[in-house]
Amino acid sequence: MTAPLGFAGAFGDAIEFILTPQENRFTGGRKVGGLDQVWELTLNHIELSFAALAIALAFALPIGAILGHYGVGERVAISIGNSWRAIPELALVALVAAFIGFGFVNMTIALLILGVPPILTNTFVGVRQVDRDAVDAARGMGMSDLGIITRVELPLAVPTIMSGVRTGSINIIATAAIGPLVGQLTLGDFILNRNVYGEEGVLAGAILVASLAMLVELGLAGLQWLLTPRGVKIARERAAA
Amino acid sequence: MSSTLADLAPLAQTEIRDRSGDADCVAENGTFCFGWAADNFDRYVEPTLEHLVLVGVSVIAGFLIAFGLALLSHRRRWLIPPFITATGILYTVPSIAFFILLLPFTGRGTVTGIIALTAYALQIIYRNMVTGLNNVPVEAKDAGRGMGMTDSQLFWRVELPLSVPEIVAGLRIATVSTVAIASLAFLAGAGGLGTEIFNQIDFKTNVLIAGGLCVVMAIALDFALLLLQRLAAPWRTGRVST
Repeated sequence: MTAPLGFAGAFGDAIEFILTPQENRFTGGRKVGGLDQVWELTLNHIELSFAALAIALAFALPIGAILGHYGVGERVAISIGNSWRAIPELALVALVAAFIGFGFVNMTIALLILGVPPILTNTFVGVRQVDRDAVDAARGMGMSDLGIITRVELPLAVPTIMSGVRTGSINIIATAAIGPLVGQLTLGDFILNRNVYGEEGVLAGAILVASLAMLVELGLAGLQWLLTPRGVKIARERAAA
Repeated sequence: MSSTLADLAPLAQTEIRDRSGDADCVAENGTFCFGWAADNFDRYVEPTLEHLVLVGVSVIAGFLIAFGLALLSHRRRWLIPPFITATGILYTVPSIAFFILLLPFTGRGTVTGIIALTAYALQIIYRNMVTGLNNVPVEAKDAGRGMGMTDSQLFWRVELPLSVPEIVAGLRIATVSTVAIASLAFLAGAGGLGTEIFNQIDFKTNVLIAGGLCVVMAIALDFALLLLQRLAAPWRTGRVST
């Protein structure tokens, strides 16, 4: 690294790498970076992350809601929610590559292992924490179990569920950055291949991955606001005041 | 452009080390080469210790800062939302990116790794401290006041002890997370078990040992903190999930 205030130069170089293709001492005249390549890797990154997130949601939301509704499997749901944190993502992806092999599907499996647990656990906890009086009232009005889950418990549990969805999404986007080890060229390619992209490429990759994660986080925060029933928002504001 | 594992070489420029333990298994990259593992286990000792230092220093630093913030915000409750937001923004930056984004400021090395890990630990611990202090029953506080306690006596002798379960729960989550996140600290030049994983990332035995050591370390530290909690707050076993 360079002199004091060298960081401004480093970030400048990284931005330049993102905007225009660069030659560097590693590439032997071949140009790397630039908007076209950034765009391609960003699309791959998003495609992989969204596929994994969609499957994770389709799997974790119904299972978490049903387990939470009937109050079964608490021990399992909670320990799943705690134990994913112990998994080193680099080793996980490397093992998927070594034992199952390369490919989009295999990488998606690795992403699910880190994406499903927070969504499943938070859905379970969120549904479980819904006031039993509200559930009894719904039952008294003649609602079926399915109606209670979809129209009472899930809406009331939105804040807790969405916090799990946000954690799961960040996990997925972060782990997708290790995709190049399984042959999936995501934005992590810039980060992991210093000898192709140079220091400025590595930093550019980090900027891009962080920006993508923050954009998705912002989007999900907006979605949470839209999905939260008005009554719950009012109750939260009162509690905060 | 095809990215192969060989492209990753410069970060991983150690020569393929002695794999003579059981040559056949190693040549075929078998599921787990016990002979090789037995012959080469000593190479994991130093990275494991590095990893432990990264985790230990970061969690302790994170705890101290979080405690300071909690002290500040406890009687000035308007500080809690900005503190939660400030520490939370950081949490949305994936660690793989954060380690690298710090490099232009602090350079490659252990300190950079510790700064990033501390930031992650700090936010988990602070959140749990706030939850713990909020959950102290009003009756307990009233009883303390009735006995003539000052604000500071109330904090140190009633509120803090009653929050120990939540605080330790936060400490456990932070520790387990930090062990896993530290396996990417090699990107900041901070060493640790991630270096070993990355150096021979296509050699199954190596990844299983180094990754396994991470998981074992997380479980062991978690268990140690659980014991500590039983000792520090024997009157209550807490269960907090975030």
